[in-house]
Amino acid sequence: MRESTIMKIHYGTALAAVALVAVHVLMRLTTGFAESLEYETVLANYKFIPYVVMLELILILLSIHGFNGLRVILLELKQGRAYEKAVSYGCLAAMFALIAYGSRTIIMTNMGMA
Amino acid sequence: MAQQTQTAQQSSKPDTITLRISRYNPAHDSKRKFMEFVVSYRRWTTVLDAILDVKKHLDHSVAVRYSCRQATCGSCGMIINGRPRLACFTKVSELDSDTVTVEPMNNFPIIRDLAVRFDRLFDTHRRVMPYVIPDESEAPPEKEFLQSPKELQEYIQFAGCIKCGLCNSVCPTMATDSKFVGPQALAQAYRYVGDSRDHGRESRLKVIDESHGIWRCHFAGSCSQVCPKGVDPAMGIQMLRGYLMGFKK
Repeated sequence: MRESTIMKIHYGTALAAVALVAVHVLMRLTTGFAESLEYETVLANYKFIPYVVMLELILILLSIHGFNGLRVILLELKQGRAYEKAVSYGCLAAMFALIAYGSRTIIMTNMGMA
Repeated sequence: MAQQTQTAQQSSKPDTITLRISRYNPAHDSKRKFMEFVVSYRRWTTVLDAILDVKKHLDHSVAVRYSCRQATCGSCGMIINGRPRLACFTKVSELDSDTVTVEPMNNFPIIRDLAVRFDRLFDTHRRVMPYVIPDESEAPPEKEFLQSPKELQEYIQFAGCIKCGLCNSVCPTMATDSKFVGPQALAQAYRYVGDSRDHGRESRLKVIDESHGIWRCHFAGSCSQVCPKGVDPAMGIQMLRGYLMGFKK
């Protein structure tokens, strides 16, 4: 993939994540801060499908943006063909692992398995 | 009248400064050291004049690269009192200091003392194809290509680059990323991408659109601050990004 395409995705995910996190923060403000962190409230949030979809989207967007950022930092830190390949594939694998683990948590909580 | 003559004589009387020159020979030195020389200067004395004065009268082994002495060849770039400048374009008097410290440019391998190796700069410069690429399908023109003043304004400031390397010397990404294209080559890529006569835009953009290319610029803007010819590489880089993001056609 061309670097400009990757960077378009990088900037796009940043903008989308800022918008969705703003919605997330605003929804937390509908109740008091302490109340919003209560066990029952958190579980109830995970039962509300539109909110769950939004959390999943935030997870995906931030994982893509964050791991690409990490890739860029690591590429600037050291150079070399093998190192750069390891960094690129390592970051991609870590991103998928984090998305899978986060999605598992969201789905299990939604299904009442938490 | 006598007072005026006396004042004129006083102003032309040379003052002295301490010139600290970084000395290093990679063949047998483990680290850099500074040697101090007391040199006289006048209002018009440049740092290069002071270094050449040392070379002529005090220590002829000082290594320095220079040629035109008029900020045209870009040979005498070095760090003067902590800032990358051309030695021939910097007057001792304007530094306003009793001590002038000269060091080789950062981000360039040192050949000896103040002379550095330019291989990386010239390699990246060549990679961006620094020449007008004509449209192969068109017959060669019988007259010169015409450009409007507006078309000229698009790139003319970038044509002022003298390849002195000061921008690369001060770039923070150049310091960490050994494969980074660098502000000099990127500014030159824009010089031709922005030229209405050029038809090599796609191939040139492809060269800089890679993992150690244009996207590694952090927009520190130091390159534009130190350019002795008023070129603004940071702006050129943003313009190129406009083409790559699809904002500019």
